[in-house]
Amino acid sequence: MPKTVVPIGPYHPLQEEPEFFTLTVDGETVVDADVRLGYNHRGIEKLSERKTFDQGVFVVERICGICSTSHPFAYVQAVEDVFPMEVPERAKYIRTIIGEGERIHSHLLWLGLAGHFLGYNTVYMWAWKLREEILDAMEILSGNRNNYAMFKPGGVRRDIKAEDIPVAVKKIDSIVPTLEMLKKAVVDDPVLHCRTKGVGILTKEDAISYCAVGPIARASGVARDVRKNCPYAAYDRVEWNMIVTENGDVFDKAVIRVLETFESIKIMKSCLLNLPGGEIDAKITSVPVGEGIGHAEAPRGEVFHYVRSDGTNRPARHKVRAPTFMNLPTFKATVVGATLSDATIILAAIDPCYCCTERLAVRDKKGKKLYSGAELLRLSQEKTRMMREETAVK
Amino acid sequence: MTRDEALKSIQERFPNDMIEFFDKSPKRVFIEIKPEAIVPVARHIFRDLGARFNIASGVDTRTHIEILYHFTMEDINLLITVRVKLNQDNPEIDSLAPSFHGANWIEREIHELLGVNFKGHPDLRRLLLPEQWPQGVYPLRRDYEEWDKAAVRNRGV
Repeated sequence: MPKTVVPIGPYHPLQEEPEFFTLTVDGETVVDADVRLGYNHRGIEKLSERKTFDQGVFVVERICGICSTSHPFAYVQAVEDVFPMEVPERAKYIRTIIGEGERIHSHLLWLGLAGHFLGYNTVYMWAWKLREEILDAMEILSGNRNNYAMFKPGGVRRDIKAEDIPVAVKKIDSIVPTLEMLKKAVVDDPVLHCRTKGVGILTKEDAISYCAVGPIARASGVARDVRKNCPYAAYDRVEWNMIVTENGDVFDKAVIRVLETFESIKIMKSCLLNLPGGEIDAKITSVPVGEGIGHAEAPRGEVFHYVRSDGTNRPARHKVRAPTFMNLPTFKATVVGATLSDATIILAAIDPCYCCTERLAVRDKKGKKLYSGAELLRLSQEKTRMMREETAVK
Repeated sequence: MTRDEALKSIQERFPNDMIEFFDKSPKRVFIEIKPEAIVPVARHIFRDLGARFNIASGVDTRTHIEILYHFTMEDINLLITVRVKLNQDNPEIDSLAPSFHGANWIEREIHELLGVNFKGHPDLRRLLLPEQWPQGVYPLRRDYEEWDKAAVRNRGV
């Protein structure tokens, strides 16, 4: 039987962001997969070299719309690692609170989307309804539903008011019973079992060789969590468990995220209730010559930032590595041998975030965009024509 | 394995390839090695010491092209950075992609953005830049200049 190429993307109803997948299928079975990146370049790494360390936080905050705090989290730690220096205790707790709030709403967002991809829209509605409560709690604590702008090198920008804490805790507590129900709905549902168990298995060997991070690695039995392995902020001061499962299939990846949400609620509440007093900012005035590395556990895995300082107020080099950059290649290992109908949920199980993975745009020396809107349109039309020819889709 | 044992094992195994050993802080170590030795050193850290490959980052320092390979030893909370300095005119180094999959994409990225040739890489296609991007123009090099003057002229809607 001749092999057929199924192009998915770059724009496709099942993908929330542009990416081009070429699946080679033999009948119903996927025999090869290829990913083409590059539809979402913005030039963050180059742009950051022209921003001061203080401004850089706002730039990296806009790398990802969902996990907007993970990049600043890693970036400020990278800048602090140049010294190296410690931030005040209260700032560490506030950072942890914001980081965990984000993990809760990001995992709920994923759970909703996964339900939606499987055609199980009840899960989608419930999960996104719960997410709303968390976003409200984050608004109470930081002033924003997303893009919290709380981080700065040396500490945090704004304090959490004592009178806001009980209100936020009440909001967080309010989702727990529904989340318990949702957990049972996911873990015990026979339809979900049939649809996700044994599908898209990432073996432990592959997880190690692909250097997978976050829930993807933990679902394959690799106990890997930056919060536990290399504790930062206040993660070593509160009690919590790292969730690890063994099977590496889509079901385990879903279960990990649901169970982690409970752990995050635990961490967030414990930090809010035990928030120490004191300063929130170490007030650094200049960054010395040197290099620093910061990593933080984002909802999707480890975010890695490398900063080189030459003694000026801007970084000489700033490298950003998002978790999807390491996790997306595992798609090839998991999808080959699966059926075409499973391909979408296998991809969704990675929780890919393309706008994080790509950070590059075509800009000239002065930082102006090289392409006009019309130029980009022309390029995109050319590209579509080329892809048509390549994949022989008429 | 303790921190001292891990670092000693790298130093003892590759005494002739070490150029500089910088113990920056309890959690960070920077090791500069000869570029020829990258594959055995990286394999030793990845396989024998069981470290995780975080990522590599390429830097154009105007005199050299530097590549930093970051490894995390998770059980002892230590980040080992292996630094190599490559010749600016013809940057070339052996690929790590045949040793572990995790190095595949980042080598493709460094290849197109900094123009480093990774010898033995199974698939050095472009990763992020479009196919129309001209050969030999590397955006993260310090001497990068715009290449499409017409596009600049038409800029601004």
